[in-house]
Amino acid sequence: MTLGDWYFAACALVAVLGAFVTVSNPNPIRGAMGLLTMIVSIAGLFLALHAQFLAAIQLIVYAGAIVVLFLFVIMLLGPSSQTPRDSRGRFARVTGGTLFGAFFAGAGFLVLRGAKWAALPPPDADFGGIDRFGQVLFSKGVVPFELSSALLMIAVVGAVAIARGKQAMHGMPGTKEQADSHEEKRT
Amino acid sequence: MTGIGNYVVLSGVLFAIGGVGFLVRRNVLVALMSIEVMLNAVNLLLVAFNRARPDALTGQMFAFFIIAAEAAEVAVGLAIVLSLFRIKRTVRSDEADLLRN
Repeated sequence: MTLGDWYFAACALVAVLGAFVTVSNPNPIRGAMGLLTMIVSIAGLFLALHAQFLAAIQLIVYAGAIVVLFLFVIMLLGPSSQTPRDSRGRFARVTGGTLFGAFFAGAGFLVLRGAKWAALPPPDADFGGIDRFGQVLFSKGVVPFELSSALLMIAVVGAVAIARGKQAMHGMPGTKEQADSHEEKRT
Repeated sequence: MTGIGNYVVLSGVLFAIGGVGFLVRRNVLVALMSIEVMLNAVNLLLVAFNRARPDALTGQMFAFFIIAAEAAEVAVGLAIVLSLFRIKRTVRSDEADLLRN
């Protein structure tokens, strides 16, 4: 085994362990830590695949924003973010999980039969770098890029509207009650 | 030898772990994190196939847009979790039955 093979094996092992901790740990904070471990090791695999820009994006967006958002919500919910263990509906859940796993084992068998295991030739020097990626993004992918900005904007506004709830809307500037309270203060 | 097959198998394993976790766990937060695991597996697969065909950067571009869409999904999903917690005082997914009766 070469150094690259050892690197892949280490990253893959850490990623699988992190994913397993994420889905199996009863404490969501430990789950978020497992998710962070998996994300960092997948960023390492992106580096091995010559996708340097995506590795940086992975670290900034996932580890820096998404995991922090998860941790923030878990801390906000406090101890009630951890649900008590019970066995209602356990049969349906375990059956669904087993069926899903079995189908994936079958698919994995087919992949193992047809996959190519030979090492890949090295790509161009600028493959995956930010200059070439930016050229592709702003020529071929400019329309989805602009649409994704609209998507993020709508998602942020929608998230604020959902998380505030109905009660928080009272007392906002422009609503009737706000105007009434201003009237009361004046008189 | 680290070829494309290693990445396909690793991505399949990660996707299966995430899918089983999504189906089995009932904590909404853990379900959202399982979706993250699945999307990361798909991202890894896209980048690996792009590495096998290095004449264009289409796969990496797709992975980029998946990351952007996923940030939006997490923001909205966690807002829904907070909203559910405000109504039901729990984050169990089978307590969310407001439309049932």
